[in-house]
Amino acid sequence: MKAFTYQRATSTAEAAATAARTPNTRFIAGGTNLLDLMKLEIETPAALIDVNGLGFDKIEATADGGLRVGALVRNTDLASDARVRQDYAVLSRALLAGASTQLRNKATTAGNLLQRTRCPYFYDTNQPCNKRKPGSGCSAIGGYTRHHAVVGTSDACIATHPSDMAIAMRLLDAEVETVRADGSMRTIPIADFHRLPGNTPQIETALEPGELIISVKLPKPLGGVHAYRKIRDRASYAFALVSVATVILPNGAGRVAVGGVAHKPWRVEAAEQAWPQGARAVAERLMAGARTTDDNAFKVPLVHRTLAAAIADAKKG
Amino acid sequence: MEPIRDLKLTRRSLLIAGAVSASAMAVPQAGAQSANAADAADTHPNTVSGGVSFTVNDKPVTLELDTRTSLLDALREHLHLTGTKKGCDQGQCGACTVIVDGRRINSCLSLAIMHEGAKITTIEGLGTPDQLHPMQAAFVKHDGFQCGYCTPGQICSAVSVIDEIRQGIPSHVTGDLNVKPLLSVDEIRERMSGNICRCGAYSNIVEAITEVAAGQTGGKA
Repeated sequence: MKAFTYQRATSTAEAAATAARTPNTRFIAGGTNLLDLMKLEIETPAALIDVNGLGFDKIEATADGGLRVGALVRNTDLASDARVRQDYAVLSRALLAGASTQLRNKATTAGNLLQRTRCPYFYDTNQPCNKRKPGSGCSAIGGYTRHHAVVGTSDACIATHPSDMAIAMRLLDAEVETVRADGSMRTIPIADFHRLPGNTPQIETALEPGELIISVKLPKPLGGVHAYRKIRDRASYAFALVSVATVILPNGAGRVAVGGVAHKPWRVEAAEQAWPQGARAVAERLMAGARTTDDNAFKVPLVHRTLAAAIADAKKG
Repeated sequence: MEPIRDLKLTRRSLLIAGAVSASAMAVPQAGAQSANAADAADTHPNTVSGGVSFTVNDKPVTLELDTRTSLLDALREHLHLTGTKKGCDQGQCGACTVIVDGRRINSCLSLAIMHEGAKITTIEGLGTPDQLHPMQAAFVKHDGFQCGYCTPGQICSAVSVIDEIRQGIPSHVTGDLNVKPLLSVDEIRERMSGNICRCGAYSNIVEAITEVAAGQTGGKA
């Protein structure tokens, strides 16, 4: 691991400003992904700013009936919160489907959104990777691609976003609240927060240099029946091959967001218009234009079947 | 290949050298550096050390550490509490599980300097050879291990699992999120999935945990 300086932040604005003017600085909260990448020298910050003392560790009701989840709320605490379990069950379910208890006890809400891909070629520093070393090429294309993306891909990158939590956040239309380097605040809709790889797969989010997530806002509860189905190679503690988050609304309409298939949480609102026609119609629109390989072509029918199963479950109640 | 004895010496002398150079230069302010992103590789400081105080198994300790030191390495290499094991060092195996402020974590994926004021419990703090923790005794009774390497992590997790279920923290297999989870075999297996055992002692581990859970709650497991 490369050496780094370490400071504990005591002011949000100062933390953002310091990070923006200091090259190669990273914020650290739970550290479960960042430290792993630092050991492998995939991440090589020269300075760490510990944001754990900034106090964004509460879940509070908002004026419009939703919840504001502090950036530092641990995954265990978010999944266990009585209001989340009651009104945002898909979020609890997604969180509990991810990682292990040890990791969820450390991992934070903001850090979970900022997780890096688990593409094995991103992790192997001996191989070209446009995300790790822009312009070096993509080793996954033409390589072993069972876990890779099938929609929204580019010729530069076919990595997936690994988060379960983010899939539920996308389904719920969460908003990411930040403080920028100049001290101003802004709100980024989750749909615009994560990016598709395009020609710059190293740029994964809409965050500017130094910009610090302070909370994630959940709109008022949707009601309906929530489900999160995760399909993986073992029953627990593995990343998704495909995961499907759904909510079936009291009026019979539905929403669906999918994990394990794209560089970002995958949701196509237009596909949801086909809800009355059934799971196949929705899945066909959702996965339209998929570019698959022999290794990962199974993901397209798997999305369809998992969505159908989630809808069937919901109808049973 | 260097003999292990020499490696140890080399590392210790490196640490000493690192501590000296860091105290001579003082900890630089992050804002004092002004290289551009192109020479990012050159912005790395020399070894930086920092102080941290926490309690381990109710004993207060203060350490001066390279900022890169994981909590796991601080426990094993600096405090010589070698019960906590280094398996993968990547948060994938759970051998390094310890309990920090009442919550189990992977000590390999946490920097020691980030634990100022924390209350840390390792396997050495749960029981002693003369006075085993009930979970340790149950692992012995049920043959919950073969090689034993994952066992300290398994036991720290197992103790936490019972606590988590009692607190009502749900898991992936909890049927109804709004009902308190049960102390069932399915719940135990899911909650222990972050602790890998290459010897495959899982069924005996579940039996050990089940017995302790039943004894503590007075109910049937």
